[in-house]
Order: sequence, then structure tokens, then C-alpha cells
Amino acid sequence: MAAGSVESMATDATRPMFDTDELVINMGPQHPATHGVLRVVLKLDGETVVDADVVIGYLHRGIEKLSENRDWTQIILLTDRMDYVAAATNNLAYCETVEKLLSLEVPRRARYFRTILAELQRIASHLVWLGSHAMDIGAVTVFLYCLRERELVLDLFEEYCGARLTYNAMRVGGLPLDVPPGWDRRVLQFCDVLLEKMVEYETLLTQNRIWLERTRDVGVISGPAAVAIGLSGPLLRASGIPRDIRKDEPYAAYGEFTFDIPVGTRGDTYDRYLVRLEEFRQSVRIIRQAIEGLPEGPVIGKVPRLIKPPAGETYHANEAPKGELGFFIASDGKSTSPYRLRVRPPSFCNLQGLPQLVRGHLVADVIALIGTIDIVLGEVDR
Amino acid sequence: MIELIVFPLLKIVFILTGVLVAVMYMVLLERKVQAWIQVRLGPMRVGPHGLLQPVADVLKLFVKEDITPTRADKYVYTAAPIIVLVPALIAFAVIPFGSEVHLFGVEIPLYLTDINVGLLYIISVASLGVYGIILGGWSSNSKYPLLGSLRASAQLISYEVAVVMTLIVVVLLAGSLSMVGIVEAQLASGVWFGFVQPLALLIYVVGALAETNRAPFDMPEAEQELVAGFHTEYSGMRFALFFLAEYTNMIVVSSVAVTIFFGGWLRPFPNVAALGFLDLVPGFVWFVGKTFFVLYLFLWIRATFPRYRYDQLMRLGWKVLIPLAIANIVVTGAVKVLL
Repeated sequence: MAAGSVESMATDATRPMFDTDELVINMGPQHPATHGVLRVVLKLDGETVVDADVVIGYLHRGIEKLSENRDWTQIILLTDRMDYVAAATNNLAYCETVEKLLSLEVPRRARYFRTILAELQRIASHLVWLGSHAMDIGAVTVFLYCLRERELVLDLFEEYCGARLTYNAMRVGGLPLDVPPGWDRRVLQFCDVLLEKMVEYETLLTQNRIWLERTRDVGVISGPAAVAIGLSGPLLRASGIPRDIRKDEPYAAYGEFTFDIPVGTRGDTYDRYLVRLEEFRQSVRIIRQAIEGLPEGPVIGKVPRLIKPPAGETYHANEAPKGELGFFIASDGKSTSPYRLRVRPPSFCNLQGLPQLVRGHLVADVIALIGTIDIVLGEVDR
Repeated sequence: MIELIVFPLLKIVFILTGVLVAVMYMVLLERKVQAWIQVRLGPMRVGPHGLLQPVADVLKLFVKEDITPTRADKYVYTAAPIIVLVPALIAFAVIPFGSEVHLFGVEIPLYLTDINVGLLYIISVASLGVYGIILGGWSSNSKYPLLGSLRASAQLISYEVAVVMTLIVVVLLAGSLSMVGIVEAQLASGVWFGFVQPLALLIYVVGALAETNRAPFDMPEAEQELVAGFHTEYSGMRFALFFLAEYTNMIVVSSVAVTIFFGGWLRPFPNVAALGFLDLVPGFVWFVGKTFFVLYLFLWIRATFPRYRYDQLMRLGWKVLIPLAIANIVVTGAVKVLL
């Protein structure tokens, strides 16, 4: 900017002495706070953001296309690599879509267990979100506290399936493994620990003046506007629209549990923070009910050796931690891989709201807003 | 001859080494304290409990490649870190680390010099540092450093106003601008000025945090927003100079806080004769202990609070701290005149 404007000033006499050009800043793809390889081209007027252009695709691995050459079970592995902080949720959404295509009955125990895994995953994902969001705003301590508790969730997953990040935890028709002995008790213990530790996060943030000033009325989006952009998940709920697929179109075993859907009133960053904090508590509630009522029986239904769904197509959506995670799968009925697999990733759709959210805010808010959307680039780019 | 040249030179050497070692270990302390607060261990590998980590850090910074961006303004770019560091170091000239000690029959005051405008000297010298930051950000010829240095200059200048206004109150109380004079005034009145002027202390601490670019006011180098702020393009020893300056400044503002608000080298409750046994502890130790406490407060705050936004910071400075500081001057002055 410096050199450019000086030169243009010298050549162009009609320009005013003090140049007021917009400053274009490239935030990312290598930037400590863009949560991966997100690139945001910001047009700045001083420190105020005039416009933002989101550039994605740096982590594109062609998962949708790859799926067309994998058999139905192998694809579960690919879904792990989309939203890698919530891999189990991806597994669940994919498996349920294939089950829907196959009209397959999943045993009740498997559905309960899947619900527990999905809710644990929601807690883990929200912990990563809370930690990184707080760190972006400068509260580094919260980040380490959150990862400390997330570690416990990962331990639980490790005990169940041996993996800590990309679990490959589900199968079409059920689950590969039964509940390990004593695991359910440890999950309940974790629930107690989490509720106890949440007090620490709340002490550090909820009533913190600086936190309030940084998040209140930042990135406000009204309910109708949120629907228009296609936001989903906590973002939509924070704007006052009580849309939760777990309640509206129950899947797994969600229909059998009682839980509340937290809804915000203002639709700002602080509301989104509160909504997600409340979701921790609701997840704990669901997990406790599920563990208590965990039925006996097999964890995998009668699945044919060769999965070959009949010709047809279907869309099935899950309430992933970040929003509506949907799979559209078309099968031609002949091959052992999908004819077309299309993912509706929540991060990708929610990221569309970013330019609208940041306009008129300051550079510092851009970081807070990328954080509040809760994106995982693996899922945005696939 | 000896008194005029050798002693001061020796003192300068002592103070410089002392400060630089203190700065090195300040960095380690910060990492350790942060780690303890954040349920981590911090540096553990180099030496027992990472005690040699500062040595390793300095060695690393020395051998690192020193990069100057092609389009940078070379001379300014080189000068900037020096301009930042030097004022931070020379501020120590007037800070009294203790009263006199008797060594080999000679009475040696534990300060380099006691000029009669010591406080004024510190204020003026400390405000020079901002030039280094502006120049560093500008000469890098890069956008992030530019934004960082613009923020820094605005922030430093506005908070300096609040801090200086606060110091005026202390001068009113002490009736002296000399650092030693201020401590002696606290001895005479029998109470630390921090207790007389809690509001001034509060404004000073907040202002000091902002002036040293510490969290929650670390806008100029907000790593999540501006990468590394004004020193993004710096590497190796030049980066280390900025780094040193930051921590030196922290020690400076803490020492000043101790001197003017916490009685400098005085023991707690200097007026209570019953606590006279505390005098067995040398004044120097009290001074270091208190400074350490203030520094610990800095680290504690950093580990606890999120970062302010730039506009909120300016609002806090101009709309809250400065009016409060002015009101404080008026009230203190009125009380002083009426009594």
C-alpha cells in the first residue's frame, strides 16, 4: 500500500493529497486464526471491514468423487476425514443414509449406543470450538482447559474403537463392536467431570466484561436472514429459530429421550456461545438417559455380505455439532459403490454467512466471527 | 575520580547484567506461570525444570538467520529495534533499588543516580519507545506490521496520557519528582501511596498493561489477528531486541509501580514500630520481592483475560481512564489545598 499510493499520488495530480484507498488484506490460507487453510480476502477501510471474500478449496481431496469408486463400507472411512473433530457424527450420518437406502432395520441397542457416541462427539466438537473461539479472542487458558476435557472424550473413544480422531466407528446396519465392559460407567463419570469443569469455563468467560464486550452485538443475524443464507445448527438456533433435526426428524434413538433445544434471542456471537454451552448440558442429559436405558441385544442388524442398495436415491440429514449434516446418495442398483454421493456439510453452508456477518465490523471481529461459525476446513472443502 | 567514574560504571554494568538476566528469566517465569495456570508443565527439557531454557533461547536467537525484507527501508528497519530497547534500558538509571549500603567503609546508594526530575525522566524516556514500534512497522513495508504499528502508536500515546495524569497525583502527594524523594515521602507519611490513592494505582496498573502491550491490551501484536503485529517481518537477534524490550518495559513499569505506590525498598507498614524486625530484611530484597509480585500480577492477568478490541481499548482509555485521572488530580489537589 505504502509504495503504491505514493507512486500513484505522484503521477495523478487530481487525487487528493491523503489517499483513502481501501486496504486489501489477505487473511490466510496460512494464518494462525483461520482454523486451517481458510483464506479470507478482506477489504478494509482503516480497521473496518468493508467486504470479505471467502476463498476455499485448499483442502479439497475429492471425497465425493472418491466415493464413487469405493464400496459402501470403505466410504465410512472417507467420512471420517471430512469433519475430523466430529468423525463419529459423520459416520453416523452416512451409515444411516445407506441404511435408509437399504431399508435396513438397526437393532435398538445399536441405535442407543450410536446416540451416546454422537453426543460424546458433540461434546468433543463443542469443546474444540469453545477452546479455539476463546483463544482467538485471546483467552488462551480456556483453550487448554477445553482440550483437557476433550482428551477424556478421546480416551473413551479410544477405549471403544482404538482410534482417537478418525474412528471408523460405525458400520452399515449397526456398530462393529459392543460396548466395552465398564465403559458406560466411565461415560457417566465423564459427564460429571464435564459439568464440574464447565463451571471453570463459565467463570472465565460468561460474565467476563471483556468477553461480553467482544461478543455482544457482534455478528448479529436475524432468524429470517439466517434461514435465507441456509445457516443451520447452533448458529440458526442462536438467531431464535428452534430447528434441531434431533427433535424435528428424530434419527438414531433421539425420539426416545427428553431434552431441550436452547434458543438464543439476539443472534449475536454471545448468544451462539450460550446456546452451545447449553448444548453441553443437554448432551449430558441425553447421554445419561441413553446409558440408563441401554437395551440388551445385538449391536449390528442383518446386513448382507455384499452391500448393494436397490436403485434409487435418498437424502438423510443429521444434527451434527456444527449444523445440518446431510448425505444425498444415488445408487444405480448394479454396482457396489454409489452412483453419486453428495454431502451437505454444515461448515460449508454456514461459512457462506461470513461475509454478511463481518461487514461493518473490525478486523478483530473477523477472527471472532470465523470462530463463532465453527468451521472445519476438512468438511468445507471435502 | 573513583567515585565519579568507576562506581557509576560498575553500577551500570551490574544493573545492565541484572536487568538482562532478569528479563531472560522473566520469559521463563512467564512460560512457567502460564503453564501452571493452564494445567501444563511448561519448559521441562533444558536443565532441571527448564531452568536453562533462557540460555538455549538466547543461543537460538543469536544463530538464527537475520532477514531483511527486500523492500524494507534498511536503515530504519535496523534502527527500530534499537530505538525500542535503549529507552527501556536507560529508564533503570533512576530507579532506586534500595537505600544505601555500606561496603568497605564506603557508602554506596543502590541507584545509579537520583536526579531531581527522575519521574519525569522515566516518563519521557519511556515514551520514546513508541517511535521504534512505528518505524519498525512502517519500514517493514508489509501490511500486517503496518496495521500493528498504527495500533501500537495510537494505544501507547493514549494510555500514556492516563498514566502521566496519574503520576501527577503521586507528585502532588510526595512533593517531589525524584524517585528517591517519593520513597522517602512515603517513609515520612508512614503509608504507601498505593493505600492513599487506590484509584491512581488502578489507573496506573491498567495503563501500564496497555503501555507494555500486555494482555488484555496486546492489540499491536495480537497474534490471532495480525500474526505478530509490528515485528512480523523481524527475525533472529532483531526480533530478540523487540522481545527483550517488551519484558524490560514490564520490569520498568513494575519497578516504577513499586517505587511510587508500594514504598520502593521500604518494608510493609513502615510506620508500625512493632514490625521493626522486618527491617532485618534488606531493602533491596523488599524491592525485588514487590516488583516480582507486580510482574506476577501481569502474568496472571494475561492467563485470565481475553483480549480487548482496538476501539474498545481506545474508548476505555479516553472515556474512562483519562477523565478518572483528571478527576483524581482535581480532588487530590483540592484536598491538599484545603487541609
